Amino acid sequence: MPKQDSSKTKDNKLTSRRDFLRSAGNYTVASLSGAAMLLSDPKPAKANVTWEEHFQKNYRLMTDEEKQEAIERLETRYSEEYGKQVTVDGTPSIEGVLFGYALNIQKCIGCRRCVKACVAENNQSRGDEQQIEWIRVLRMEKGKFSEADRDQHGYPESFGVQVGGNAYKPAGVVLEGQHYYEPEQVPEKDAFYFPMQCMQCEKPPCVKVCPVRTTYRDPDGIVVIDYNWCIGCRMCIGACPYWARRFNWGEPNLPKEEMNPVTHYLGNRPRMKGVVEKCSFCVQRTRKGRWTACVEVCPVGARKFGNLLDPNSEIRKVLAKKKVFRLRADLNTYPKFFYYMD
Amino acid sequence: MRFLQFVVDYLKAGFTGGILFWLWMLFLLFFIMLWGYGEYVQIANGMIVTNLNDQVSWGFYLANFVFMVGVAAAAVTVVFPAYVYKHKELHRIVVLGEMIAIAAVVMCLLFVIAHMGRPDRLWHLLPVIGIFNFPHAMLTWDVIVLNGYLLLNIIGGYYYLYKKYSGGEINKSFYLPVVYIAIVWALSIHTVTAFLINTMPARPMWFHSMMPIKFITTAFAAGPSLIIVVFLLVRRFTPMKIADEAFHLLSQIVVWCLGIALFLTMSEIVTELYPATEHSLGLQYLMFGHNGLNSLVPFFWTALSLMVGSFILLLIPRIRKNLTLLPFVCIAAFVGIWIEKGMGLMLPGVIPTPVGEFAEYTPSHIELMVVGGIWAIGFFLLTFMLKGAVAVLQGEVRYRTETSKQAVSEQQAEAAT
Repeated sequence: MPKQDSSKTKDNKLTSRRDFLRSAGNYTVASLSGAAMLLSDPKPAKANVTWEEHFQKNYRLMTDEEKQEAIERLETRYSEEYGKQVTVDGTPSIEGVLFGYALNIQKCIGCRRCVKACVAENNQSRGDEQQIEWIRVLRMEKGKFSEADRDQHGYPESFGVQVGGNAYKPAGVVLEGQHYYEPEQVPEKDAFYFPMQCMQCEKPPCVKVCPVRTTYRDPDGIVVIDYNWCIGCRMCIGACPYWARRFNWGEPNLPKEEMNPVTHYLGNRPRMKGVVEKCSFCVQRTRKGRWTACVEVCPVGARKFGNLLDPNSEIRKVLAKKKVFRLRADLNTYPKFFYYMD
Repeated sequence: MRFLQFVVDYLKAGFTGGILFWLWMLFLLFFIMLWGYGEYVQIANGMIVTNLNDQVSWGFYLANFVFMVGVAAAAVTVVFPAYVYKHKELHRIVVLGEMIAIAAVVMCLLFVIAHMGRPDRLWHLLPVIGIFNFPHAMLTWDVIVLNGYLLLNIIGGYYYLYKKYSGGEINKSFYLPVVYIAIVWALSIHTVTAFLINTMPARPMWFHSMMPIKFITTAFAAGPSLIIVVFLLVRRFTPMKIADEAFHLLSQIVVWCLGIALFLTMSEIVTELYPATEHSLGLQYLMFGHNGLNSLVPFFWTALSLMVGSFILLLIPRIRKNLTLLPFVCIAAFVGIWIEKGMGLMLPGVIPTPVGEFAEYTPSHIELMVVGGIWAIGFFLLTFMLKGAVAVLQGEVRYRTETSKQAVSEQQAEAAT
């Protein structure tokens, strides 16, 4: 019986679990906790997580051979699990490259095609139970100062000190954007849009607080995560001022037919429950000279991507010629994600 | 050999008791089983069985963790006066304080494990086989200080008990350094825990330097409150004599630490609310709610009234020295601080999120089961350890050589005839 039958009934599940137990000699059975974890897993395919995978080193500390082994293990497992040829790339960062990103907030129309493209490209969990999106598009209200909004009585009445404006009605731009908007048409008349994602900080607070260094900054400036090493403590989620990190609360739901088989070890390969993930500047694409999925899909060309160290790159021109700002500069995280206006 | 005998005798003494004792232990065992079930469900399905989400990714587990670290640290309120001020009455029962610390730290470690997304990978934290991100990550500091504190208390407490048991002299040049290091170490565990959450500018409500000192003062109010109640129970249910003076000193520690904690709370509220910048949204949400989202508001005001109420009551010497009333006031202070430092600190720290989103959170049944179970484990351990310790301190359990054993059994035989 093929162990990774695509149409798994309940009986199959039981037999394959028994198979797993019988062939426990082949798989060196994991430690007590590890074994309990694997056996209690509802998906039998996960029983394939081997002792070697469970006890492998942190990716960054592996030798090249060990990396290759880890990658091959994953390729075999994923190919079986998803019923297609899955490749796991291990391309390291390229010399002389520092990736940067720029977003034209004047142009963004809030269509959120970037969000959807990102989910499809990067194998995020989808469905009602657990939907993970790396990009958030905030809908911000446009500032308006109209005669009607002006408070005639001063501010605030009983305190007796007039400081101008009106503290109780939204005058000007309110700081709270929201990302659950569902308009019939975009862009909406009285709104502008503010996409956020991982800023790939030069001084990332998430890296500093990680107790096991599962997340680190690669030389090309991408902050990556070794999903096999993450212990799920969520310190990084607490430390991220951009709310860019997502946690796999349950087993991710990634339909076989929608799974993107071109993956990178540090990027879009399928994740497991209990680990943190986030935007990786589509490391599987950008280290091969391609654009990120969100840049590619943006219908208005609001998104720019490129090598900050290359003086002729588009991103450098944007930084040189446009009005640029970074988000929450006061926190000294030095994002490599820039917002600009024409 | 003699040490093995100690372990066996200690275990025996710890699990000897009347019907009330066994009813209490069974009651705790019921909750411990719920804990086992809750942990199983959580490990099998992932943390999706909790009510945590991307907005509120830290909740009930960490809230209890933070509180219990304080209780563990507060054992120093017994050890410090005993050894530094040579307080006689406290010196006699200092071991009992250490037992409370051990139980509290064990609870802390269990809360952390419950909070982890991948407890099967905790070995990644171990130095050498894993990676220890030291000194960068605060969590590694916390791992060091918590485990170190556990070790210090086990060594200190059980070395003393073992010497008492075997009738040997205490080697002061070994024992006293352990005690003094443990005193300083106690402060470090709660300070580091405060640093853990206080060093994140992404969470403005926690991002102020008052946090560590406020942690310490609330801990030194909540901890001794629990210690007073536990000691009163020990006095009531065991032959151990604990003098009134010990309680008077502890209740004074509670009242002054509570007073300082309230002062710090007031300073924080004024500083945050007077300019009322966007950074005070968390505190505002805690105190007054936000656009109808106000599930935390009753908790905050309950906690505050409990703390203020017990502070005022404890200020009155007649109440503070009344050992029948005192435990109730102490329980009020304990519960007040548990709410204030647990849910009242953890949740508004992550609400609103960095993008300004307010998400209400209530623990799920699984979370309640796990947390209740860990508390039960703590009390189970504590009951057993205290019973054993009291038996040793009272001299009921003591090492007997073969000849003395014979003598005892002959005596018993004689008495029987």
